Amino acid sequence: MTTAAPAPTHAHRPVPGGPALAAVFKAEGRLFLREPGSLFWMIGFPTALLVILGLIPSFREANPDLGGRRVIDLYVPIAVLLGMIMASIQAMPPVLTSYRERGILRRLSTTPVRPPAILGAQIALHGIAMIVSSLLAITVGRLAFGVALPFAQPGYILSMLLMIACALALGATLSAVAATTKAATAIGSVAFLVMMFTSGVWMPVQTMPDLLQTIVSLTPFGAASQALDRAMLGSWPEWQHLGIMVLWAAGLTGAASRWFRWE
Amino acid sequence: MPQNTPLVEVRDLRKSYTGRTVVDGVSFSVEEGEIFGILGPNGAGKTTTVECVSGLRTPDSGTVRVAGLDPVADHDRTTHLLGAQLQESDLQPKILVREALELYASFYKNPADWQHLAERLCLTQKLTTRFAKLSGGQKQRLSIALALVGNPRVVVLDELTTGLDPRARRDTWKLIEDVRNQGVTVLLVTHFMEEAQRLCDRIAVIDKGRVAALDTPSGLIGSSAGSTVITFTPSRPLDPAHLSGLPEVASVDRRGEQLTITGTDATVNAVITLLAQHRITARQLRVTDATLDDAFLDLTEATAPTAPTAGKAA
Repeated sequence: MTTAAPAPTHAHRPVPGGPALAAVFKAEGRLFLREPGSLFWMIGFPTALLVILGLIPSFREANPDLGGRRVIDLYVPIAVLLGMIMASIQAMPPVLTSYRERGILRRLSTTPVRPPAILGAQIALHGIAMIVSSLLAITVGRLAFGVALPFAQPGYILSMLLMIACALALGATLSAVAATTKAATAIGSVAFLVMMFTSGVWMPVQTMPDLLQTIVSLTPFGAASQALDRAMLGSWPEWQHLGIMVLWAAGLTGAASRWFRWE
Repeated sequence: MPQNTPLVEVRDLRKSYTGRTVVDGVSFSVEEGEIFGILGPNGAGKTTTVECVSGLRTPDSGTVRVAGLDPVADHDRTTHLLGAQLQESDLQPKILVREALELYASFYKNPADWQHLAERLCLTQKLTTRFAKLSGGQKQRLSIALALVGNPRVVVLDELTTGLDPRARRDTWKLIEDVRNQGVTVLLVTHFMEEAQRLCDRIAVIDKGRVAALDTPSGLIGSSAGSTVITFTPSRPLDPAHLSGLPEVASVDRRGEQLTITGTDATVNAVITLLAQHRITARQLRVTDATLDDAFLDLTEATAPTAPTAGKAA
């Protein structure tokens, strides 16, 4: 560097917007790819679970209790939701919390780029991971077990996008309320078990007793599970389930932006 | 804007957190090209003060200006003029040195050449190393590089050398002098006397949220009572009362033949003159300067209620 040019102090120097934000996204993307463990749980694990379940012969047989569908048919949307749970609850909160804890946000506040840029990049990257994870589960489900592709169903796509919004807002809220990275991981683990249950990983929501099914349907992943299932059957998801997802996404986004502590 | 407007101006700054006053009426101004030190014990309000200067905190009252800009209201423009290395601000553990430099350079409209910066800061060998693998000194050098990469006019360095070994500390000092020689004004927060004494053109001593003194290092040392210590053995007996009668003398102590006198710079002349008048020569004469340490303790203890008053112990 040379002697600082005596810039006229009142000259308007616009903040570099696009290029700087793109650079932040690119840098965070590279860091994202340097976490193989986290990538496995978000993208590899849901499909691996699907394959393991698909290897159980009875899961590939038509089940009259499920209206002639196979268990594996139910598990593709569950694998899609599992990827979202992994990314939003297990992976994202510790990253965002550590950025606050390590003073990365603080350092960024002294530059022309504000901290929301880096948080936004991380949230977007986790959203992309959710989409990749979903596509992988759907593709493997089709190729290995002949589970119908859902892409012709606009209701499926809509439910998936709403659920991604919900999951990201949930992860952001956890990052907001957790004071430390350790706390984020701990809260994440508890939330993880709840979300696994409501999304039907252990017991597909369709097979739960009526009362439990009603309660679970009020949770974001429970509603999503029902909506995806309905869409898979070729009908439009119930408005009630879409509405529940919209409410959760909006409420959690509000909570995250209200409670997020920058330091 | 007139030429002599200070680059950084803080006037009557006050800030408290949940009822605890941390900064209680701090004023100072930093001229372009200075290394200005903010010195004080832990918890004196140093960091809060520079956080207000950097626009990270909104003062409760008082004004802060950086090149005429309000760092909070005009935050975006201030960030182009002011680079900061703050305490407890790390980078992502897996980011490479090179990536960090490139990334931060991309934030600015007229960035410095980051490769050149890396060279100056001896980071060229470490460009492909992850942040987490750097030593403490290397992390600090990278921090300085990031604070400078936007070509700022003023750089805030908070507790830069804390936790560094003496070698790395000296290297960092050299670096700060280099930075200033490149025309960048430096606002240096420290609690190391030696660091302040060696680097700073002027120092504001902050204690309990107030400016206890503001002067050049030698000015601060000279102003403290008992800053200069003179010891000698008079060639023939001398009544200590003659010495303690001098207005320039703070204290006189006799141990056997030897006399120990404390005072200021002016004391040396006064004592020599007195000896000459009495035709006494001073044998084994030693004059030792007090350090900034002594001045600092004087200044920061002066406000403590239990501090002993500097008396004339004869």
